[in-house]
Amino acid sequence: MNIQLESWEHMALEQIPQFLAGSGVPWVSQARQSAFERYMAHGLPTRREEEWKYTDVAQIGKRSSFAPDSIPADPSSEAALFAWTLAQQHPHLMVFVNGYYSDGFSAIGELPDGARLQSLSELLDSSAELSPELFDAAHEHTVFGALNTALATDGAVLHLAPGTELKDPVYLLFIASGHGAAIYPRNLIIAGAGARATVIEHYFGMLDAHHFTDAITQIELAADADLQHCKLLQEGNASIHVAGIHAVQAARSRFGSQSFALGSRLARNDITSRLTGPDGHCSLDGLYLLDGKQHVDHHTRIDHLAPSCTSREYYRGILDGESHGVFNGKVIVHPAAAKTDAHQSNRNLLLSRQAEVDTKPQLEIFADDVKCTHGATVGQLDDDSLFYLRSRGVDAESARSLLLYGFANDIIGRVGEPGMRTRIQHLVLDRLPQGEQIKELL
Amino acid sequence: MLSIKNLHAGIHGKEILRGIDLGVRSGEVHAIMGPNGSGKSTLAQLLAGRDGYEVTAGSVRYLDQDLLAMPAEARARAGLFLAFQYPVEIPGVSNALFLKAALNSIRKQQGLDELDAMDLLQLMRDKMKLLGMDELLLPRAVNEGFSGGEKKRNEVLQMAVLEPKLAILDETDSGLDIDALKIVADGVNGMRHPQRAIVLVTHYQRLLEFIVPDVVHVLSQGRIVRSGAAELARELEQHGYGWVEEQKAA
Repeated sequence: MNIQLESWEHMALEQIPQFLAGSGVPWVSQARQSAFERYMAHGLPTRREEEWKYTDVAQIGKRSSFAPDSIPADPSSEAALFAWTLAQQHPHLMVFVNGYYSDGFSAIGELPDGARLQSLSELLDSSAELSPELFDAAHEHTVFGALNTALATDGAVLHLAPGTELKDPVYLLFIASGHGAAIYPRNLIIAGAGARATVIEHYFGMLDAHHFTDAITQIELAADADLQHCKLLQEGNASIHVAGIHAVQAARSRFGSQSFALGSRLARNDITSRLTGPDGHCSLDGLYLLDGKQHVDHHTRIDHLAPSCTSREYYRGILDGESHGVFNGKVIVHPAAAKTDAHQSNRNLLLSRQAEVDTKPQLEIFADDVKCTHGATVGQLDDDSLFYLRSRGVDAESARSLLLYGFANDIIGRVGEPGMRTRIQHLVLDRLPQGEQIKELL
Repeated sequence: MLSIKNLHAGIHGKEILRGIDLGVRSGEVHAIMGPNGSGKSTLAQLLAGRDGYEVTAGSVRYLDQDLLAMPAEARARAGLFLAFQYPVEIPGVSNALFLKAALNSIRKQQGLDELDAMDLLQLMRDKMKLLGMDELLLPRAVNEGFSGGEKKRNEVLQMAVLEPKLAILDETDSGLDIDALKIVADGVNGMRHPQRAIVLVTHYQRLLEFIVPDVVHVLSQGRIVRSGAAELARELEQHGYGWVEEQKAA
């Protein structure tokens, strides 16, 4: 227990700061306080816990403080320019800097009737319509979830009335600015019956900035709703990022999640969905592209709780340098979930001897009459494919990059929004030798 | 254009080619026939530069260069093309991207300007039309989910776009129905040119009904045991490969 005690000593946070949103609302303060107590009682996870076996978060405990900034920071000029560029391309943009909504950089634009997009702080401070259910412990999933409830500064709240359809995606840009910030975004997406939308979460940081992000996104889909969620992690190579994306799906709803982990020093994504009504569909896809000493961990969990639902999961990793990837994908078919159709695969390419991946697809079936498959591979680039490209005049280095691009593009191609797809393709090519030349051919 | 002298080669210590002599001049179409295991595919892959083969004796000159000293991509850039017996699937890389990457690498080497996107697209469309291929194959991943016939046609499409000086077609006829065979043969015939040589590697004479070669070689146990005019292929079809062996023994 010594490790936990040490991390407590380093916490330097005695109580919930008073400047946090909703501090005037009794149930909010109460929920934050009990979440904080849950966090203190547990402390940071250690590798002795099965769920954290391959990911060591002890370095988080060495931070001098977990407290979020009390006032909004300014984005760097590069981040500001990027936000401005995005605003030209995406009609519904919300920008957050170090966890605070930035009105000046955001452009929420015209939304159809039935759609409401606003910041969490505005909602918490201004209205009593939110119920304590928002901060229920059930949304936490990990101890970082409890920490987020205690310290969440702000986030996006998207509410879609039944039948509402958003043509353009909601783009949420989370800028990490300066050094050492602790950032706690909390997002909420509620889609009424038959509502449809795409939400993009983009975490953007400077190359060498070290900061700590602990984010939660809660998603509720009513019957027949369709939500596509794309997360792009592009923080600096000294940053630490832990996040949860948790969906609950009613009958016939469709949830798609894509998680692209390209930048950060240490990242952990917990992505879950609960299929609570019949005939729902859930797709969880992801790509991690790692080098240097990067460590990225994806823990996913799909609970099939109702009959005749389908789930698909495709995760891929490309690991170079001394990087370390972790994939743990749980699919649990509960007794009530007859006629479940679930498929899961995780494929990894190791480009160096020092790179490492721990992959663990897990299938637990408690129902009859189900169709479930899973598989995982770890390997190198295929010699036949390399020779095929070289025999067409492509030099060996470019051939390798093209194959890696293709491997990644199978996942990127699953992103529905064309602008986002291109953005991610370019980010991947930026990391590959001769990537510039391949970009010109696209 | 191509001059193979006393080529001995093998893989994993096992000799497969045992003294090949072959000369191919510009403008000629040669057919190399032989039973399974005679070394046809080994010869084709070795010429294209596949790693892993050990050359123990002999030489291969191509356009006055030592072909065996060149890496695969340099051979392709010098105008050599192999249509694969088993074309490889490349998930995530579209046919269009693949063709652009290949053509621009080759053009660059030859001192030509890289084609811009519009010209490339037009070129690819024209060639696809000639081969009776659906344009919708362009955005699809290379060979992924293609039928056997589509894969073979895709090889000929690449050849048509890359315009090689020496094209080697390894069992391009296998897996094609008669209609597809005719289309592919028309495509290949359309590429016959005084400045280009074509080598057809095939097990069956069927392809040679549509692409009539200038010279036919029979490969057996790693050696060319007989060479002759187009009629040789028909005789082989009648008598089988055993006949050549018997004749040789006689």
